[in-house]
Amino acid sequence: MTAQLRPSLAACPACVAAPHDSAEQAPTEARLALSLPGIHCQACISAVERELNAEPGIRSARVNLTLKRALIEADPDVRAADLIPVLERIGYEAHELDLAALAATQNDKAGRDLLMRLAVAGFASMNVMLLSVSVWSGASDATRDMFHWISAAITFPAIIFSAQPFFANAWTVLRVKRLNMDVPIVLALVLALLTSLWETFLSGEHAYFDAALTLTFFLLAGRYLDYRTRAVARSAAEELAALEVPRAVRLLDGDEYEVPVADLAIGDLILVRPGGRMPVDGEIVAGQSELDRSLLTGETLPVFAAPGLAVSAGEVNLTGPLTIRATAVGEDTSLHRMTDLVAIAESGRSRYTSLADSAAKLYAPGVHILSALAFAGWYLYTFDIRTALNIAAAVLIITCPCALGLAVPAVTTAASGRLFKKGMLIKHATALERLAEVDTVVFDKTGTLTAGTPEVTNLGGHARGDLEIALTLAEGSSHPLSVALARAAREAGVKPAAVQEITEVPGYGAEGLYRGARVRLGRAAWVGAEQGSQTAAWLDSGAGSAKPFLFTDALRPGAAEAVQALKAAGKDVLLISGDTTGAVEDLARRLGISKWVAEALPADKSARVQLLADQGKKVLMVGDGLNDTAALAAAHVSISPASALDAARVASDIVLLGQDLEPIAEACGVAQKATRRIRENFRIATLYNVIAVPLAIAGLATPLIAALAMSTSSITVSLNALRLR
Amino acid sequence: MSVLTYLIPISLILGAVGLAAFIYTVRSNQYDDPEGDARRILSDEWDDKPKP
Repeated sequence: MTAQLRPSLAACPACVAAPHDSAEQAPTEARLALSLPGIHCQACISAVERELNAEPGIRSARVNLTLKRALIEADPDVRAADLIPVLERIGYEAHELDLAALAATQNDKAGRDLLMRLAVAGFASMNVMLLSVSVWSGASDATRDMFHWISAAITFPAIIFSAQPFFANAWTVLRVKRLNMDVPIVLALVLALLTSLWETFLSGEHAYFDAALTLTFFLLAGRYLDYRTRAVARSAAEELAALEVPRAVRLLDGDEYEVPVADLAIGDLILVRPGGRMPVDGEIVAGQSELDRSLLTGETLPVFAAPGLAVSAGEVNLTGPLTIRATAVGEDTSLHRMTDLVAIAESGRSRYTSLADSAAKLYAPGVHILSALAFAGWYLYTFDIRTALNIAAAVLIITCPCALGLAVPAVTTAASGRLFKKGMLIKHATALERLAEVDTVVFDKTGTLTAGTPEVTNLGGHARGDLEIALTLAEGSSHPLSVALARAAREAGVKPAAVQEITEVPGYGAEGLYRGARVRLGRAAWVGAEQGSQTAAWLDSGAGSAKPFLFTDALRPGAAEAVQALKAAGKDVLLISGDTTGAVEDLARRLGISKWVAEALPADKSARVQLLADQGKKVLMVGDGLNDTAALAAAHVSISPASALDAARVASDIVLLGQDLEPIAEACGVAQKATRRIRENFRIATLYNVIAVPLAIAGLATPLIAALAMSTSSITVSLNALRLR
Repeated sequence: MSVLTYLIPISLILGAVGLAAFIYTVRSNQYDDPEGDARRILSDEWDDKPKP
């Protein structure tokens, strides 16, 4: 029906926008989001938009390069799964995103609010500064008073609007009888405004309206930078969560229905296709296959699965379709129970005090005492409350933490931006500071140091004929070992043999007929061989005994470089894995890691990390599996790759977006540099105070000196932060 | 000093115009994709006439 209509619609984007047209369409429309990690330039934007807009049923598609996403409005029956191949055909990797999970960043109200306040403070301070400069350059008497009155008229509404975040924050901490950085800020603003208004009333010489506004502007700039950094990290983290669109296939009276995982109930029959992940805990009722449990336990060898076996959410089905009966859903699955462990470990981490917090702890009381002393001293000296208040206000304004407010956010923004370009996502606000202190690095094996994809090691040891048979059989199966074997054989120039009647026996392997004899490639027991210690697929070529193809787990790109660089930087590198001793020892030798632990249970991992922490070590944990989750949370700081399970990503402070591990070593360097810059910035801010505060206390500070001290210190601090980029 | 009666209102109005323009750009989502917008000007697809 609408099928004929669609191409013409897509060919003319203007028609889509025309109102009469949308009235004809059904009121519902599908909004889809695709993640496009590979786009990076103008040509990519054009190609993707052209291709998507040419698809039938799509009303509009727009690429957002900053977020590396495409937002699509389409007819209700268009599905993201149909669009992904379209983009892959023109060479762009695409993943479906769950729009519901992205909702939080869709309309970013808090960010806009802050930006609006920043703009108001900025424009108001420009206008007031203009008037103030005239006063400083010699305007006097009636002109000066008029300028002051105009300034007051601009400043009061502007401050009341833009400084609201500070008022609100200060009020919340004061209510619980505590102090933070916002209390001196608010006190300085209020005191400056009131004394300036009073001075203006008495046609006095000094008014601090411009200072109050610039102060608000700089502080809001710091807040906004801080917010942006976190918003970028949050939206990317949400995107990772949104990548796993939670759907499952429920079987009801022999029919298949695609339903959201959240709707599954205990006792439901669920079909899990090869390559799919178990949505819930359950028991296999039909089908034979192999399960990849590496994300949960760290074992690389797939486990044979047959009816009766209990499965946990998160395991990956490899070869044959499986029907499972759900025994635990949602919050009760073993995957979710792990988050409790994480919550316990996390409470330990919140004890960390950031540099900014410790600075504020020293700073806030100090400022109050100083200005109170200045007030008391001048009052006792002159018995003039006007002079005393003016000087107290000047002290508060000059010491006000403009530069302090920018010192940390400017540096973390620069550092996070640099690491984001390298493919690292800083999720936690203090992660960089903690990363800078790291002296011990603990790696997980499977999925972290290794890519989780097997590699054939003894291809050269087989006869050409055997290889040809093996290649043909392997290409008939989607088992990871078969895929790896087929790829390696193709690369070696092996041509397929004429094997007929190839069938895959789920859970066992593939078999066929070659020159009248039965040939098999699969599990050791199935072809009549003894299972060795190494991962292997056995070939029974119909002549003689079965021969093994040995596999080793391929290293993740950059793993060796990362380990080497970390060791060169003087850090202790450890390998703790749940895999068998042989596999772990082998990998440790390949990477030159001398300290390793094999067959570690999840509790062992976190206990070892805890032990290292008790010895005073600052541990960086890098892991991806469910079995690493507790250790990730227990470590001083943690990193997980994007391929990790949701629970592991949530527990870690930094997410590695790309495949490459190499940025880890660089991140430690950047973090150390960032912390150094933060400290430098604190020193710069203090230096300005040391010069300006005595002037203020001595009563020599003018609004001009306050403006100079404030602006120069803020600008130097920002420039110093930019050196990181 | 009578020149001030013109200049001060003018400076205030210009400031207000700048602020209004900025608020308009925020409201119309012009900061959502700074990187993409910077590169879209290089596209030659809409060089002859504005995008409908």
